[in-house]
Amino acid sequence: MDGDSPGAAPTTSGGVGGNGSVMLLVATRKGAWIYHSDAERKHWRVDGPHFLGHIVNHVVLDPRDGQTVLAAAKTGHLGPTIFRSTDRGRSWREASGPPAFARDETGQGRAVDHTFWLTPCHANESRAWYAGTSPQGLFRSDDGGDTWRPFSCINDDPAYREWMGTVQDGTPDGPKLHSIIVDPRDPAHLYFAMSGGGVHESRDAGRTFRPVLKGLEVVDGFDATTPTFHDPHCVRLCPSRPDRLYQQNHCGIYRLDRPSDEWLRIGRNMPADVGDIGFPLVVHPREADVAWVFPMDGQSVWPRTSPDGRPAVYSTADGGATWKRLDRGLPAAQAWWTVKRQAMCADGCDPVGVYFGTTSGELWMSANGADPWTCIARHLPEIYGVEAMSGLGPA
Amino acid sequence: MNVLVPSPLRSYTASRIVEAEGECLDDLLIDLDRQYPGIRFRMVDEQGRIRPHLRFFLQGRQLFDLRQKLEPDAELTIVQALSGG
Repeated sequence: MDGDSPGAAPTTSGGVGGNGSVMLLVATRKGAWIYHSDAERKHWRVDGPHFLGHIVNHVVLDPRDGQTVLAAAKTGHLGPTIFRSTDRGRSWREASGPPAFARDETGQGRAVDHTFWLTPCHANESRAWYAGTSPQGLFRSDDGGDTWRPFSCINDDPAYREWMGTVQDGTPDGPKLHSIIVDPRDPAHLYFAMSGGGVHESRDAGRTFRPVLKGLEVVDGFDATTPTFHDPHCVRLCPSRPDRLYQQNHCGIYRLDRPSDEWLRIGRNMPADVGDIGFPLVVHPREADVAWVFPMDGQSVWPRTSPDGRPAVYSTADGGATWKRLDRGLPAAQAWWTVKRQAMCADGCDPVGVYFGTTSGELWMSANGADPWTCIARHLPEIYGVEAMSGLGPA
Repeated sequence: MNVLVPSPLRSYTASRIVEAEGECLDDLLIDLDRQYPGIRFRMVDEQGRIRPHLRFFLQGRQLFDLRQKLEPDAELTIVQALSGG
């Protein structure tokens, strides 16, 4: 265990520590499900569907009160909204003011298509949340997710708007702002990432942001100094060492140890026949050298499947210097699914539990650091997000 | 006037037919939102544009503009376009 732990940190996964039952919040293309484990994490009880038919990108429980849950939802026909629960998902109310861009009187302004990412603010800012949207926007709520306002200058800043590009420049279902990170030692120290648009940092509570791109690679032929061409898929801060970040990028796996501004491509140490392309990345709640990724096929036309149809988690125990394949229990062949960026997480238990949800609607877990794997649920819709909370105590 | 509500929006109204008033479509949607908070934003974005998969018909005639005047005794039908998957 690292010796520089800052204590309990608000994170979008990992829980509040301790052993006991785990709550899994599963967001899918057709609704949300909540899974509750017994104290041994062997048996799971399903609660759902919630919001059946809604496209749910993220469901997050507030680690500060252990009760509030926010769900980012829309349907194929209706505009976006946020559903709120103050009793761990037993009942829901709709936000009275979901994230929305400022009105542009010309009528040409941007509109939120969907909220993609939710992050509770700092432990000292109770009831405050950040949200990232598609197209890229950053929003904040100070009332437990009921009303939201555009946050920071970036939504309308000319440079940021240029770096965000247009809907033509983003991922297939729209460009996204994600990986909103709050430094557990300092509520004014923030990070976020944009696909596309790069990784950005603020040290003044969001009044200003600046790109943190040094060392990151871009697709051949493009200028790596231009944020537009950067596509971070998932950025995670180490709860046990907040000066360390890991990143799964369109162009590799990276680590950043502050105060350095230069990312190191630790994915170069992955097996060449697997590569270092993927969406999710998870860090150990207590050990900063331990992280897990889920590689996918990023060759030619980007199939976005497990490489060679053989899914596996890769784990590092030395900050990315070496990687180990962990596939015990997973299909040995002909499994052509992958795992999206919010759909992999860890709990706060010891030994740590690791979880992921697949594009084919399966929910997998390991109660022992990603080895071996057990399937918790099958036949769900395509899974977009999985968050684990442990150490919650009675509801 | 009577407003026919499609199934995706009945979580707000709990009814297939509701009453709302307005001189134009925008006014009527504001009145609907007053009665059923949140319903307007699911149909009209923050820039005042009708969302891509929502359609409004007045006596069978499609309305494309929120400023379109409404006849008091007409019936408005809200329709979700045939899309999705």
